[in-house]
Amino acid sequence: MTAGRPDTARAAAEAAARQSYGKLVAYLAARTRDVAGAEDALADAFAAALERWPRTGVPEKPEAWLLAVARRRSIDAVRRRLTSEAGRDHLKLIAEEMEARMTDEDLPDERLRLMFACAHPAIEAGVRAPLILQTVLGFDAATIASAFLVSPATMSQRLVRAKSRIRETSIPFRVPERAELGERLDTVLEAIYAAFAEGWSDPAGTETRGRNLATEGIWLGRLVASLMPDEPEALGLLALMLFAEARRAARRNAAGDYVPLAEQDLALWDDALIDEAEALLRCAAGKGVIGRYQLEAAVQSAHTTRRLTGRTDWMAIRELYDALSVIAGSPVVAINRAVAIAEAEGAAAGLAALYVLGDDKRLDDYQPYWAARAGLLARLGNIPQASEAYDRAIGLERDPAVRRFLQGKRAALRN
Amino acid sequence: MQYLLLIYGNEAAMAAAPKEAAIQMSAAYGAYTEAMKKAGVFLAGERLKPTKIATTVRVAGGKTNVIDGPYADTKEQLGGYYLIEAPDMDAAISWAARCPGAGTGTMEVRPIWPMAEYMPAYTA
Repeated sequence: MTAGRPDTARAAAEAAARQSYGKLVAYLAARTRDVAGAEDALADAFAAALERWPRTGVPEKPEAWLLAVARRRSIDAVRRRLTSEAGRDHLKLIAEEMEARMTDEDLPDERLRLMFACAHPAIEAGVRAPLILQTVLGFDAATIASAFLVSPATMSQRLVRAKSRIRETSIPFRVPERAELGERLDTVLEAIYAAFAEGWSDPAGTETRGRNLATEGIWLGRLVASLMPDEPEALGLLALMLFAEARRAARRNAAGDYVPLAEQDLALWDDALIDEAEALLRCAAGKGVIGRYQLEAAVQSAHTTRRLTGRTDWMAIRELYDALSVIAGSPVVAINRAVAIAEAEGAAAGLAALYVLGDDKRLDDYQPYWAARAGLLARLGNIPQASEAYDRAIGLERDPAVRRFLQGKRAALRN
Repeated sequence: MQYLLLIYGNEAAMAAAPKEAAIQMSAAYGAYTEAMKKAGVFLAGERLKPTKIATTVRVAGGKTNVIDGPYADTKEQLGGYYLIEAPDMDAAISWAARCPGAGTGTMEVRPIWPMAEYMPAYTA
Protein backbone atom coordinates (compact mmCIF):
# COMPACT_ATOMS: atom_id res chain seq x y z
CA MET A 1 0.00 0.00 0.00
CA THR A 2 2.82 2.36 0.81
CA ALA A 3 4.82 1.07 -2.13
CA GLY A 4 2.88 3.20 -4.62
CA ARG A 5 4.40 6.56 -3.81
CA PRO A 6 8.13 5.72 -3.85
CA ASP A 7 7.56 3.77 -7.07
CA THR A 8 5.94 6.80 -8.67
CA ALA A 9 8.76 9.05 -7.49
CA ARG A 10 11.31 6.57 -8.80
CA ALA A 11 9.58 6.37 -12.18
CA ALA A 12 9.38 10.17 -12.40
CA ALA A 13 13.07 10.54 -11.55
CA GLU A 14 14.01 7.90 -14.10
CA ALA A 15 11.86 9.57 -16.76
CA ALA A 16 13.53 12.91 -16.03
CA ALA A 17 16.97 11.32 -16.29
CA ARG A 18 16.08 9.78 -19.65
CA GLN A 19 14.59 13.04 -20.83
CA SER A 20 17.71 15.06 -20.02
CA TYR A 21 20.02 12.36 -21.28
CA GLY A 22 18.17 12.15 -24.60
CA LYS A 23 18.28 15.90 -25.01
CA LEU A 24 22.03 15.99 -24.46
CA VAL A 25 22.72 13.03 -26.74
CA ALA A 26 20.58 14.62 -29.45
CA TYR A 27 22.25 17.98 -28.98
CA LEU A 28 25.74 16.50 -29.28
CA ALA A 29 25.00 14.02 -32.03
CA ALA A 30 23.22 16.61 -34.15
CA ARG A 31 26.49 18.55 -34.24
CA THR A 32 28.91 15.68 -34.80
CA ARG A 33 26.78 12.88 -36.30
CA ASP A 34 28.63 10.69 -33.85
CA VAL A 35 25.84 9.07 -31.83
CA ALA A 36 28.10 6.51 -30.16
CA GLY A 37 30.55 9.22 -29.13
CA ALA A 38 27.74 11.29 -27.63
CA GLU A 39 26.45 8.29 -25.68
CA ASP A 40 29.93 7.46 -24.53
CA ALA A 41 30.50 10.98 -23.24
CA LEU A 42 27.36 10.86 -21.12
CA ALA A 43 27.22 7.19 -20.12
CA ASP A 44 28.74 7.57 -16.63
CA ALA A 45 26.75 10.66 -15.81
CA PHE A 46 23.52 9.02 -16.96
CA ALA A 47 24.21 5.94 -14.84
CA ALA A 48 24.86 8.22 -11.86
CA ALA A 49 21.58 10.07 -12.48
CA LEU A 50 19.60 6.82 -12.73
CA GLU A 51 21.11 5.74 -9.44
CA ARG A 52 20.89 9.04 -7.55
CA TRP A 53 17.84 11.01 -8.71
CA PRO A 54 15.27 8.50 -7.44
CA ARG A 55 16.76 9.03 -3.94
CA THR A 56 17.59 12.73 -3.98
CA GLY A 57 14.99 14.05 -6.39
CA VAL A 58 15.56 15.59 -9.79
CA PRO A 59 18.00 18.53 -9.72
CA GLU A 60 16.77 21.95 -10.72
CA LYS A 61 18.77 21.98 -13.94
CA PRO A 62 18.99 18.32 -14.91
CA GLU A 63 20.95 18.81 -18.15
CA ALA A 64 23.51 20.99 -16.41
CA TRP A 65 23.83 18.38 -13.65
CA LEU A 66 24.48 15.58 -16.16
CA LEU A 67 26.99 17.70 -17.99
CA ALA A 68 28.86 18.67 -14.84
CA VAL A 69 29.14 15.03 -13.75
CA ALA A 70 30.22 13.96 -17.23
CA ARG A 71 33.00 16.55 -17.21
CA ARG A 72 34.14 15.72 -13.70
CA ARG A 73 34.33 12.03 -14.49
CA SER A 74 36.24 12.56 -17.69
CA ILE A 75 38.84 14.61 -15.84
CA ASP A 76 39.33 11.73 -13.46
CA ALA A 77 42.49 9.94 -14.60
CA VAL A 78 40.95 6.50 -14.28
CA ARG A 79 37.93 7.51 -16.28
CA ARG A 80 40.04 9.13 -18.93
CA ARG A 81 41.22 5.73 -20.01
CA LEU A 82 37.65 4.47 -20.21
CA THR A 83 36.18 7.43 -22.04
CA SER A 84 37.00 7.45 -25.71
CA GLU A 85 38.66 10.24 -27.64
CA ALA A 86 35.36 10.96 -29.35
CA GLY A 87 33.60 11.17 -26.01
CA ARG A 88 36.09 13.77 -24.73
CA ASP A 89 35.70 15.86 -27.86
CA HIS A 90 31.96 15.81 -27.34
CA LEU A 91 32.23 17.01 -23.80
CA LYS A 92 34.52 19.82 -24.84
CA LEU A 93 32.10 20.90 -27.51
CA ILE A 94 29.02 20.86 -25.36
CA ALA A 95 30.77 22.45 -22.41
CA GLU A 96 31.83 25.42 -24.48
CA GLU A 97 28.37 25.92 -25.90
CA MET A 98 26.67 25.32 -22.58
CA GLU A 99 28.86 27.77 -20.75
CA ALA A 100 28.02 30.36 -23.33
CA ARG A 101 24.38 29.81 -22.56
CA MET A 102 24.78 29.28 -18.82
CA THR A 103 21.28 27.91 -18.50
CA ASP A 104 19.81 24.60 -19.49
CA GLU A 105 16.39 26.00 -20.40
CA ASP A 106 17.99 27.35 -23.52
CA LEU A 107 19.33 24.02 -24.70
CA PRO A 108 17.61 23.53 -28.05
CA ASP A 109 15.61 20.33 -28.31
CA GLU A 110 17.20 18.33 -31.13
CA ARG A 111 15.51 15.05 -30.31
CA LEU A 112 13.18 15.27 -33.30
CA ARG A 113 16.19 15.62 -35.60
CA LEU A 114 17.83 12.68 -33.88
CA MET A 115 14.70 10.60 -34.41
CA PHE A 116 14.65 11.45 -38.10
CA ALA A 117 18.28 10.33 -38.36
CA CYS A 118 17.53 7.07 -36.52
CA ALA A 119 14.49 6.33 -38.72
CA HIS A 120 16.27 7.30 -41.94
CA PRO A 121 15.49 5.01 -44.92
CA ALA A 122 19.21 4.14 -45.09
CA ILE A 123 18.92 2.51 -41.65
CA GLU A 124 17.65 -1.07 -41.64
CA ALA A 125 13.91 -0.95 -40.86
CA GLY A 126 14.05 -3.41 -37.97
CA VAL A 127 16.64 -1.46 -36.01
CA ARG A 128 15.01 2.00 -36.26
CA ALA A 129 12.75 1.60 -33.22
CA PRO A 130 15.53 0.04 -31.09
CA LEU A 131 17.89 2.85 -32.13
CA ILE A 132 15.41 5.53 -31.07
CA LEU A 133 14.81 3.77 -27.75
CA GLN A 134 18.54 3.67 -27.11
CA THR A 135 19.55 7.14 -28.24
CA VAL A 136 16.53 9.20 -27.20
CA LEU A 137 15.64 7.28 -24.03
CA GLY A 138 18.93 5.70 -23.04
CA PHE A 139 17.77 2.08 -22.86
CA ASP A 140 20.51 -0.53 -22.89
CA ALA A 141 20.73 -3.15 -25.62
CA ALA A 142 19.73 -6.03 -23.31
CA THR A 143 16.46 -4.39 -22.29
CA ILE A 144 15.61 -3.56 -25.89
CA ALA A 145 16.59 -7.07 -27.01
CA SER A 146 14.14 -8.69 -24.60
CA ALA A 147 11.32 -6.49 -25.81
CA PHE A 148 12.01 -7.26 -29.46
CA LEU A 149 12.70 -10.99 -28.90
CA VAL A 150 16.27 -10.82 -30.15
CA SER A 151 19.44 -11.98 -28.41
CA PRO A 152 21.21 -9.16 -26.52
CA ALA A 153 24.47 -9.74 -28.43
CA THR A 154 22.65 -9.47 -31.77
CA MET A 155 20.76 -6.35 -30.74
CA SER A 156 23.94 -4.75 -29.51
CA GLN A 157 25.69 -5.49 -32.84
CA ARG A 158 22.80 -4.09 -34.84
CA LEU A 159 22.77 -0.88 -32.81
CA VAL A 160 26.51 -0.41 -33.19
CA ARG A 161 26.27 -1.02 -36.93
CA ALA A 162 23.41 1.45 -37.32
CA LYS A 163 25.30 4.16 -35.43
CA SER A 164 28.44 3.77 -37.50
CA ARG A 165 26.25 3.91 -40.59
CA ILE A 166 24.84 7.25 -39.45
CA ARG A 167 28.37 8.61 -39.06
CA GLU A 168 30.00 7.04 -42.08
CA THR A 169 27.25 7.75 -44.58
CA SER A 170 26.61 11.21 -43.13
CA ILE A 171 22.93 10.67 -42.49
CA PRO A 172 21.59 14.16 -41.88
CA PHE A 173 20.21 15.30 -38.53
CA ARG A 174 17.37 17.37 -39.80
CA VAL A 175 13.63 17.45 -40.12
CA PRO A 176 13.02 16.86 -43.84
CA GLU A 177 11.58 19.50 -46.13
CA ARG A 178 7.88 19.47 -46.73
CA ALA A 179 8.16 17.66 -50.08
CA GLU A 180 9.68 14.55 -48.52
CA LEU A 181 8.34 14.97 -45.02
CA GLY A 182 5.33 12.67 -45.41
CA GLU A 183 7.30 9.56 -46.24
CA ARG A 184 10.08 10.29 -43.79
CA LEU A 185 7.68 11.07 -40.96
CA ASP A 186 6.06 7.70 -41.67
CA THR A 187 9.28 5.88 -40.81
CA VAL A 188 9.59 7.83 -37.54
CA LEU A 189 5.98 7.13 -36.59
CA GLU A 190 6.36 3.49 -37.61
CA ALA A 191 9.35 3.11 -35.32
CA ILE A 192 7.47 4.69 -32.41
CA TYR A 193 4.46 2.47 -33.06
CA ALA A 194 6.73 -0.59 -33.20
CA ALA A 195 8.07 0.29 -29.75
CA PHE A 196 4.54 0.76 -28.45
CA ALA A 197 3.30 -2.47 -30.02
CA GLU A 198 6.14 -4.49 -28.49
CA GLY A 199 5.15 -3.19 -25.08
CA TRP A 200 1.49 -3.74 -25.79
CA SER A 201 1.90 -7.38 -26.80
CA ASP A 202 4.32 -8.00 -23.96
CA PRO A 203 3.08 -11.23 -22.34
CA ALA A 204 0.83 -10.52 -19.38
CA GLY A 205 0.87 -6.87 -20.34
CA THR A 206 3.33 -6.17 -17.58
CA GLU A 207 6.84 -4.86 -17.53
CA THR A 208 10.01 -5.60 -19.43
CA ARG A 209 12.76 -5.27 -16.88
CA GLY A 210 10.84 -2.70 -14.94
CA ARG A 211 9.82 -0.52 -17.88
CA ASN A 212 7.02 -0.98 -20.33
CA LEU A 213 7.73 -0.07 -23.92
CA ALA A 214 4.09 0.89 -24.48
CA THR A 215 4.60 3.73 -22.00
CA GLU A 216 7.80 4.75 -23.77
CA GLY A 217 6.08 4.64 -27.15
CA ILE A 218 3.40 6.99 -25.88
CA TRP A 219 6.06 9.25 -24.44
CA LEU A 220 7.83 9.43 -27.81
CA GLY A 221 4.46 9.94 -29.52
CA ARG A 222 3.74 12.88 -27.22
CA LEU A 223 7.15 14.33 -27.96
CA VAL A 224 6.65 14.16 -31.74
CA ALA A 225 3.07 15.45 -31.51
CA SER A 226 4.22 18.40 -29.40
CA LEU A 227 7.13 19.19 -31.72
CA MET A 228 5.04 18.76 -34.89
CA PRO A 229 1.56 19.86 -33.81
CA ASP A 230 0.42 20.45 -37.38
CA GLU A 231 1.09 16.92 -38.61
CA PRO A 232 -2.21 15.03 -38.57
CA GLU A 233 -0.56 11.61 -38.64
CA ALA A 234 1.61 12.43 -35.61
CA LEU A 235 -1.58 13.33 -33.74
CA GLY A 236 -3.33 10.27 -35.18
CA LEU A 237 -0.62 7.92 -33.91
CA LEU A 238 -0.71 9.44 -30.42
CA ALA A 239 -4.52 9.11 -30.40
CA LEU A 240 -4.25 5.47 -31.52
CA MET A 241 -1.80 4.63 -28.74
CA LEU A 242 -3.87 6.43 -26.10
CA PHE A 243 -7.05 4.58 -27.11
CA ALA A 244 -5.23 1.28 -26.73
CA GLU A 245 -3.55 2.33 -23.47
CA ALA A 246 -6.94 3.37 -22.05
CA ARG A 247 -8.00 -0.27 -22.10
CA ARG A 248 -4.86 -1.69 -20.51
CA ALA A 249 -6.42 -2.42 -17.12
CA ALA A 250 -9.43 -4.13 -18.73
CA ARG A 251 -7.32 -6.62 -20.70
CA ARG A 252 -6.95 -9.00 -17.75
CA ASN A 253 -9.38 -9.94 -14.98
CA ALA A 254 -8.54 -10.28 -11.30
CA ALA A 255 -7.36 -13.86 -11.87
CA GLY A 256 -4.96 -12.70 -14.57
CA ASP A 257 -7.03 -14.20 -17.38
CA TYR A 258 -7.28 -12.61 -20.80
CA VAL A 259 -10.47 -10.63 -21.45
CA PRO A 260 -11.36 -10.01 -25.12
CA LEU A 261 -12.38 -6.52 -26.17
CA ALA A 262 -16.08 -7.40 -26.50
CA GLU A 263 -16.23 -8.64 -22.91
CA GLN A 264 -14.18 -5.93 -21.21
CA ASP A 265 -15.58 -4.13 -18.20
CA LEU A 266 -16.20 -0.58 -19.45
CA ALA A 267 -15.68 0.78 -15.95
CA LEU A 268 -12.01 -0.21 -16.26
CA TRP A 269 -11.44 1.87 -19.38
CA ASP A 270 -9.58 5.11 -18.68
CA ASP A 271 -12.05 7.84 -19.65
CA ALA A 272 -9.51 10.64 -19.40
CA LEU A 273 -7.18 8.94 -21.91
CA ILE A 274 -10.09 8.23 -24.25
CA ASP A 275 -11.20 11.86 -24.10
CA GLU A 276 -7.67 13.03 -24.82
CA ALA A 277 -7.45 10.64 -27.77
CA GLU A 278 -10.80 11.83 -29.14
CA ALA A 279 -9.66 15.44 -28.94
CA LEU A 280 -6.41 14.61 -30.76
CA LEU A 281 -8.29 12.74 -33.45
CA ARG A 282 -10.70 15.66 -33.97
CA CYS A 283 -7.78 18.05 -34.21
CA ALA A 284 -6.05 15.79 -36.75
CA ALA A 285 -9.23 15.42 -38.82
CA GLY A 286 -9.51 19.20 -38.94
CA LYS A 287 -6.29 19.34 -40.94
CA GLY A 288 -7.93 17.57 -43.85
CA VAL A 289 -5.28 14.95 -44.65
CA ILE A 290 -6.29 11.38 -43.88
CA GLY A 291 -3.72 8.70 -43.12
CA ARG A 292 -3.14 5.26 -41.71
CA TYR A 293 -2.84 6.22 -38.05
CA GLN A 294 -5.89 8.49 -38.09
CA LEU A 295 -7.94 5.66 -39.61
CA GLU A 296 -6.68 3.15 -37.05
CA ALA A 297 -7.39 5.62 -34.27
CA ALA A 298 -10.89 6.13 -35.71
CA VAL A 299 -11.44 2.35 -35.48
CA GLN A 300 -10.46 2.53 -31.82
CA SER A 301 -12.77 5.48 -31.36
CA ALA A 302 -15.64 3.48 -32.89
CA HIS A 303 -14.92 0.67 -30.43
CA THR A 304 -15.08 3.05 -27.50
CA THR A 305 -18.53 4.35 -28.46
CA ARG A 306 -19.76 1.21 -26.70
CA ARG A 307 -18.97 3.18 -23.57
CA LEU A 308 -21.76 5.64 -24.45
CA THR A 309 -24.24 3.69 -26.57
CA GLY A 310 -23.82 0.16 -25.23
CA ARG A 311 -23.17 -1.20 -28.72
CA THR A 312 -20.29 -1.25 -31.20
CA ASP A 313 -20.80 0.36 -34.59
CA TRP A 314 -19.44 -2.46 -36.77
CA MET A 315 -20.61 -0.88 -40.04
CA ALA A 316 -18.46 2.16 -39.33
CA ILE A 317 -15.50 -0.05 -38.35
CA ARG A 318 -15.88 -2.07 -41.54
CA GLU A 319 -15.83 1.10 -43.65
CA LEU A 320 -12.71 2.33 -41.85
CA TYR A 321 -10.96 -0.97 -42.58
CA ASP A 322 -12.07 -0.71 -46.22
CA ALA A 323 -10.32 2.66 -46.37
CA LEU A 324 -7.28 1.28 -44.52
CA SER A 325 -6.88 -1.65 -46.89
CA VAL A 326 -6.74 0.85 -49.75
CA ILE A 327 -4.07 3.14 -48.29
CA ALA A 328 -2.14 0.70 -46.07
CA GLY A 329 -3.16 -2.83 -46.96
CA SER A 330 -1.50 -5.67 -45.05
CA PRO A 331 -2.52 -9.11 -43.80
CA VAL A 332 -3.17 -7.54 -40.38
CA VAL A 333 -5.62 -5.03 -41.84
CA ALA A 334 -7.27 -7.74 -43.95
CA ILE A 335 -7.82 -9.93 -40.88
CA ASN A 336 -9.33 -7.08 -38.88
CA ARG A 337 -11.51 -6.13 -41.84
CA ALA A 338 -12.78 -9.72 -42.09
CA VAL A 339 -13.69 -9.69 -38.39
CA ALA A 340 -15.59 -6.40 -38.87
CA ILE A 341 -17.42 -7.83 -41.88
CA ALA A 342 -18.38 -10.87 -39.83
CA GLU A 343 -19.87 -8.62 -37.14
CA ALA A 344 -21.67 -6.40 -39.63
CA GLU A 345 -22.86 -8.97 -42.18
CA GLY A 346 -22.49 -12.38 -40.60
CA ALA A 347 -19.81 -15.01 -40.04
CA ALA A 348 -20.02 -16.47 -43.58
CA ALA A 349 -19.22 -13.11 -45.19
CA GLY A 350 -16.37 -12.62 -42.71
CA LEU A 351 -14.91 -16.04 -43.44
CA ALA A 352 -15.10 -15.37 -47.18
CA ALA A 353 -13.13 -12.16 -46.65
CA LEU A 354 -10.57 -14.10 -44.60
CA TYR A 355 -10.18 -16.80 -47.25
CA VAL A 356 -9.26 -14.16 -49.81
CA LEU A 357 -5.90 -14.07 -48.00
CA GLY A 358 -5.39 -17.57 -49.36
CA ASP A 359 -2.04 -19.26 -48.97
CA ASP A 360 0.04 -16.32 -47.81
CA LYS A 361 3.04 -18.06 -46.20
CA ARG A 362 3.34 -15.26 -43.67
CA LEU A 363 0.11 -16.50 -42.09
CA ASP A 364 1.62 -19.88 -41.19
CA ASP A 365 2.92 -18.49 -37.94
CA TYR A 366 0.58 -15.52 -37.49
CA GLN A 367 -1.63 -16.21 -34.49
CA PRO A 368 -4.37 -13.56 -35.08
CA TYR A 369 -5.25 -15.10 -38.43
CA TRP A 370 -5.85 -18.52 -36.90
CA ALA A 371 -7.75 -17.13 -33.91
CA ALA A 372 -10.04 -15.10 -36.20
CA ARG A 373 -10.56 -18.05 -38.50
CA ALA A 374 -11.33 -20.38 -35.58
CA GLY A 375 -13.87 -17.95 -34.13
CA LEU A 376 -15.72 -17.56 -37.43
CA LEU A 377 -15.72 -21.31 -38.18
CA ALA A 378 -17.07 -21.95 -34.70
CA ARG A 379 -19.93 -19.51 -35.27
CA LEU A 380 -20.79 -21.34 -38.48
CA GLY A 381 -20.86 -24.64 -36.60
CA ASN A 382 -17.89 -26.12 -38.44
CA ILE A 383 -16.48 -27.78 -35.34
CA PRO A 384 -13.68 -29.93 -36.83
CA GLN A 385 -12.13 -27.06 -38.78
CA ALA A 386 -12.67 -24.65 -35.91
CA SER A 387 -10.79 -26.96 -33.51
CA GLU A 388 -7.99 -27.30 -35.98
CA ALA A 389 -7.70 -23.52 -36.36
CA TYR A 390 -7.86 -23.05 -32.57
CA ASP A 391 -5.00 -25.53 -32.25
CA ARG A 392 -2.91 -23.49 -34.65
CA ALA A 393 -3.68 -20.32 -32.71
CA ILE A 394 -2.91 -21.99 -29.37
CA GLY A 395 0.37 -23.36 -30.70
CA LEU A 396 1.46 -19.95 -31.95
CA GLU A 397 0.53 -17.91 -28.88
CA ARG A 398 3.27 -16.87 -26.49
CA ASP A 399 1.16 -15.25 -23.78
CA PRO A 400 0.02 -17.97 -21.33
CA ALA A 401 -3.16 -15.99 -20.45
CA VAL A 402 -4.24 -15.76 -24.09
CA ARG A 403 -3.29 -19.41 -24.60
CA ARG A 404 -5.56 -20.43 -21.71
CA PHE A 405 -8.35 -18.30 -23.19
CA LEU A 406 -8.03 -19.97 -26.59
CA GLN A 407 -7.90 -23.40 -25.00
CA GLY A 408 -11.15 -22.57 -23.19
CA LYS A 409 -12.75 -21.54 -26.47
CA ARG A 410 -11.63 -24.75 -28.11
CA ALA A 411 -12.91 -26.89 -25.24
CA ALA A 412 -16.29 -25.10 -25.42
CA LEU A 413 -16.70 -26.18 -29.07
CA ARG A 414 -17.78 -29.65 -28.04
CA ASN A 415 -20.80 -28.34 -26.10
CA MET B 1 19.78 -23.22 -39.95
CA GLN B 2 18.94 -25.83 -37.36
CA TYR B 3 18.41 -24.92 -33.72
CA LEU B 4 17.92 -27.03 -30.63
CA LEU B 5 15.38 -25.59 -28.20
CA LEU B 6 16.06 -26.99 -24.74
CA ILE B 7 13.19 -26.81 -22.27
CA TYR B 8 14.16 -26.37 -18.64
CA GLY B 9 11.57 -26.44 -15.89
CA ASN B 10 11.04 -27.25 -12.25
CA GLU B 11 10.22 -30.99 -12.21
CA ALA B 12 8.97 -30.98 -8.63
CA ALA B 13 6.57 -28.10 -9.28
CA MET B 14 5.30 -29.79 -12.43
CA ALA B 15 4.74 -33.08 -10.62
CA ALA B 16 2.80 -31.23 -7.92
CA ALA B 17 0.61 -29.27 -10.36
CA PRO B 18 -3.14 -30.02 -10.33
CA LYS B 19 -4.39 -32.51 -12.91
CA GLU B 20 -6.32 -29.92 -14.96
CA ALA B 21 -3.22 -27.75 -15.27
CA ALA B 22 -1.20 -30.77 -16.46
CA ILE B 23 -3.86 -31.63 -19.05
CA GLN B 24 -3.95 -28.03 -20.25
CA MET B 25 -0.15 -27.97 -20.52
CA SER B 26 -0.08 -31.20 -22.53
CA ALA B 27 -2.75 -29.86 -24.89
CA ALA B 28 -0.76 -26.63 -25.29
CA TYR B 29 2.36 -28.66 -26.17
CA GLY B 30 0.32 -30.67 -28.67
CA ALA B 31 -0.91 -27.49 -30.35
CA TYR B 32 2.59 -25.99 -30.30
CA THR B 33 4.11 -29.07 -31.94
CA GLU B 34 1.35 -29.10 -34.56
CA ALA B 35 1.81 -25.37 -35.32
CA MET B 36 5.55 -26.00 -35.79
CA LYS B 37 4.86 -28.86 -38.17
CA LYS B 38 2.34 -26.83 -40.19
CA ALA B 39 4.79 -23.94 -40.45
CA GLY B 40 7.48 -26.33 -41.70
CA VAL B 41 9.75 -25.68 -38.73
CA PHE B 42 9.60 -28.95 -36.80
CA LEU B 43 12.35 -31.53 -37.26
CA ALA B 44 12.15 -33.47 -34.01
CA GLY B 45 11.05 -33.06 -30.43
CA GLU B 46 10.47 -35.24 -27.37
CA ARG B 47 9.75 -35.04 -23.69
CA LEU B 48 12.30 -36.54 -21.30
CA LYS B 49 11.52 -38.68 -18.27
CA PRO B 50 12.39 -37.02 -14.92
CA THR B 51 16.02 -36.57 -13.92
CA LYS B 52 15.71 -38.91 -10.94
CA ILE B 53 15.92 -41.83 -13.36
CA ALA B 54 18.80 -40.27 -15.28
CA THR B 55 22.15 -42.03 -15.22
CA THR B 56 25.50 -40.33 -15.67
CA VAL B 57 28.39 -42.13 -17.34
CA ARG B 58 32.01 -41.00 -17.34
CA VAL B 59 35.28 -42.71 -18.20
CA ALA B 60 38.29 -41.42 -16.29
CA GLY B 61 41.71 -43.02 -16.24
CA GLY B 62 40.40 -46.07 -18.02
CA LYS B 63 37.77 -46.56 -15.34
CA THR B 64 34.09 -46.21 -16.13
CA ASN B 65 31.96 -44.44 -13.56
CA VAL B 66 28.23 -44.96 -13.66
CA ILE B 67 26.31 -42.69 -11.29
CA ASP B 68 22.62 -42.40 -10.50
CA GLY B 69 21.13 -39.02 -11.25
CA PRO B 70 21.58 -36.13 -13.69
CA TYR B 71 24.89 -34.55 -14.70
CA ALA B 72 24.18 -31.33 -12.79
CA ASP B 73 21.85 -30.60 -9.90
CA THR B 74 20.07 -27.46 -11.02
CA LYS B 75 16.98 -25.59 -9.88
CA GLU B 76 15.38 -26.26 -13.26
CA GLN B 77 15.89 -29.51 -15.11
CA LEU B 78 16.08 -30.38 -18.77
CA GLY B 79 12.66 -31.80 -19.50
CA GLY B 80 12.45 -31.92 -23.28
CA TYR B 81 13.68 -30.53 -26.54
CA TYR B 82 12.72 -29.48 -30.04
CA LEU B 83 14.99 -29.57 -33.06
CA ILE B 84 13.80 -26.96 -35.54
CA GLU B 85 14.69 -25.53 -38.93
CA ALA B 86 14.49 -21.72 -38.86
CA PRO B 87 15.87 -19.00 -41.15
CA ASP B 88 17.81 -17.27 -38.36
CA MET B 89 18.31 -16.83 -34.63
CA ASP B 90 15.51 -14.25 -34.39
CA ALA B 91 13.02 -16.76 -35.80
CA ALA B 92 14.32 -19.45 -33.44
CA ILE B 93 13.87 -17.10 -30.47
CA SER B 94 10.26 -16.40 -31.56
CA TRP B 95 9.51 -20.11 -31.61
CA ALA B 96 11.18 -20.58 -28.22
CA ALA B 97 9.00 -17.79 -26.80
CA ARG B 98 5.88 -19.58 -28.02
CA CYS B 99 6.77 -22.83 -26.25
CA PRO B 100 4.42 -23.44 -23.31
CA GLY B 101 7.53 -24.20 -21.25
CA ALA B 102 8.78 -20.62 -21.74
CA GLY B 103 5.96 -19.42 -19.50
CA THR B 104 6.79 -21.77 -16.63
CA GLY B 105 10.53 -22.34 -17.00
CA THR B 106 13.44 -21.39 -19.21
CA MET B 107 14.21 -22.05 -22.86
CA GLU B 108 17.76 -22.35 -24.15
CA VAL B 109 18.28 -21.83 -27.87
CA ARG B 110 21.37 -23.54 -29.29
CA PRO B 111 22.36 -23.35 -32.95
CA ILE B 112 23.36 -26.71 -34.38
CA TRP B 113 26.99 -26.74 -35.48
CA PRO B 114 27.08 -28.54 -38.83
CA MET B 115 30.15 -30.69 -39.32
CA ALA B 116 30.82 -28.98 -42.66
CA GLU B 117 31.61 -25.80 -40.72
CA TYR B 118 34.25 -27.14 -38.36
CA MET B 119 35.55 -30.02 -40.51
CA PRO B 120 35.22 -28.83 -44.10
CA ALA B 121 37.83 -31.28 -45.42
CA TYR B 122 36.15 -34.27 -43.82
CA THR B 123 32.75 -33.67 -45.36
CA ALA B 124 33.93 -32.36 -48.73
